[in-house]
Amino acid sequence: MRPFMNIIRKWFSQVPTMSLLFGALVAVLLERGLGDPLAEILGLPKVPVLFGFVTMLKKPMLIPSTILYVFLVFVGPISVVAGLSASIANRLLDKLLNFPMLFSVIIHLGLLYAILHLWSEASAYRLLMLKLTLIAIMVTLSLNVINGYMGEFSCSHPGFMALGAYATSVMTVFLFAKDRLFGPPILPPVLGPFMFPFALFVGGMVAALGAVFIAIPSFRTRGDYLAIISLAFMFIVKSLIENLEVVGGPRGLSSQPDYANLPTVFLWTVACVWIINNFVRSILGKALNAVRDDETAADAMTVDTRRTKIVAFMFAAFWAGVAGGLFAHVLRYVNPGTFGIQKLAEVLAMVYFGGLNSVYGSIVGAVSISVLGEALRPLEIYKWIIIPLLLILVMIFRPTGLIAFKAFNVRGLISPKHKPLGDI
Amino acid sequence: MVFFLQNLINALQWGSFYALIALGYSMVYSILMLFNFAHGDIFMVGAYIGFGVATGLVALTSMGAFALPNWLILVLTILISMFLTSFVGMIVERVGYRPLRDAPRASAAITGLMIGIILETGNLALLGARRLSFPALLKTHTYDLGGVFVTNKKIMIVLVSLALMGALHQFVRRSKWGMAMRAMAFDYVVVPLMGVSINTIAAMTFAIGSAMAAAAGILFGVAYPVLDPYMGILFGWKAFVAAILGGRGSVLGATLAGFLLGFIEIFVAMIFPSTLRDLIAYSIILLILTFRPHGFFGEPYSARLRL
Repeated sequence: MRPFMNIIRKWFSQVPTMSLLFGALVAVLLERGLGDPLAEILGLPKVPVLFGFVTMLKKPMLIPSTILYVFLVFVGPISVVAGLSASIANRLLDKLLNFPMLFSVIIHLGLLYAILHLWSEASAYRLLMLKLTLIAIMVTLSLNVINGYMGEFSCSHPGFMALGAYATSVMTVFLFAKDRLFGPPILPPVLGPFMFPFALFVGGMVAALGAVFIAIPSFRTRGDYLAIISLAFMFIVKSLIENLEVVGGPRGLSSQPDYANLPTVFLWTVACVWIINNFVRSILGKALNAVRDDETAADAMTVDTRRTKIVAFMFAAFWAGVAGGLFAHVLRYVNPGTFGIQKLAEVLAMVYFGGLNSVYGSIVGAVSISVLGEALRPLEIYKWIIIPLLLILVMIFRPTGLIAFKAFNVRGLISPKHKPLGDI
Repeated sequence: MVFFLQNLINALQWGSFYALIALGYSMVYSILMLFNFAHGDIFMVGAYIGFGVATGLVALTSMGAFALPNWLILVLTILISMFLTSFVGMIVERVGYRPLRDAPRASAAITGLMIGIILETGNLALLGARRLSFPALLKTHTYDLGGVFVTNKKIMIVLVSLALMGALHQFVRRSKWGMAMRAMAFDYVVVPLMGVSINTIAAMTFAIGSAMAAAAGILFGVAYPVLDPYMGILFGWKAFVAAILGGRGSVLGATLAGFLLGFIEIFVAMIFPSTLRDLIAYSIILLILTFRPHGFFGEPYSARLRL
């Protein structure tokens, strides 16, 4: 086993992120071109939608051919292409070092988007799952700002999402869609897609204003009392929306226009990761950590704790609101029941599974819980025994989550990986 | 006035459910400085165990194994289910809380939430999604006290829960174990050095809290004989709110706040449309906590606080 692992390690030792992206691109192109015939040859009913997890759990007889398919289409091409293109990619990345970093980042993101786009084009299910996963990343990151970086235990995120979702939906439905609640559109629907970012911004701002109601009590209290205040806030928002007949009450609000396509969601997610990553490394982000570790000491060291708290809450709520707005437009239906305890448990699970105080951790947590949730779907209700058990195990063996307290190093991620010097 | 008294009795009944559950939260908090987020689901499990015991006893009686009057079945159900549910509490403590005693508090909160989900789903997987109806052990008699209608069930529920609370109070105040608990709540660093095992005391606290929750579950089943696997969520979170409102770790506070929460909910529903109940009840709680952030009987920032 060990020599085998060594070979793998050596093969990947000089592979930069870019060649992995090349490999993934080749893999999705391969699936697009050869997926159907290959599935037929291997005796699969159709192309496995989610890396074969669902197929394997549903029909255990198909496990060997599904594994073979995944190996032939994904694992094989990715490792071969990544290894082969490593030297070219490294040389390219060397050249890119002469340009601003942004340029290289954009190339990487372009590649990533191309992969996701091609992968999700195969079925509507993949597209929906991808969008929801990207939104989950935004929500998890924004909750991590409060629960991880600032060390509070806030339970109000579903409430912020609901505020954002409803504010955005009301704007778009009122302005650009024909609806039984609001009547015909006021502005020509052609303008809609251009106004959508603005609507999302307004949704985020509404959520941020809501956050003030939690931030102000948080000046005087921490820990459990803040948890209960934020929980009460969540119930109040939910109950308020249920009682507002203008937006449909408990029946919910539908007929949102179809603005949240993959590029939009992807761009907002990238913006969210980028801005939050910069925020937590800024002076204000360090102030958050100081408030978490010792509020009195932070105060003595001239950290304005009140300002820090209010900014952090509003900032996190803004992104939760944006995510809520996108969520409403991806599903094109929203009702207050969505934003309850269930959602809270899901988001908290993502944050604590991935890891506190870490952008990496949030991304890993959101993606793995979403994918796990979908992959274990054939197990039906037992899914909700396996996922909590997994989370309990993670908590027992790594109480702060899988990848906690780790900086998100963009420069390291996109830089070339050269041969170590003495190893020529 | 009659209207007020009528609702007062309803409020006392709701309040006793909340208070019995909130006791469990508060007791665990006073020992471990942690909230047991699976507690609402332990209430649910207690109600189901009570259902099983009651159905079994009723079936045995009707088969003629022994002849028990209904009231005795109810008493036996409450006692046996409290005993059985206390083991559920101890298992939860052993699996979810003991390994995490030195971990950040939020991690233990997450394990508690997840154990709650496992209990709900496990119940759903075992018994299916149908709702069960609790066997009717008490015939409803309605007494008319000058226009105020009181059923014997309501009186029974309030009296039983008050008796349980009184018993718990005596246990904590008078017995040697209760003294150990109070000492542990006072200082959980030094007291273990005096030969009192924190593991034993923590397990016992969970057991007692769960037994109280089981009693609440059976009383709830007597009053509203429909059980479903998610019934613990609503009650659990509301009782958690009551436990905080009373001041964390304060058993007396939890009891009073449980009754207060019952009053707020019933009287809000009485005056306003009932859809506004949660909205107004939680707004009142938010207001109370804004002006009195430590609850009624809680201490402000304490040196013991692990954050």
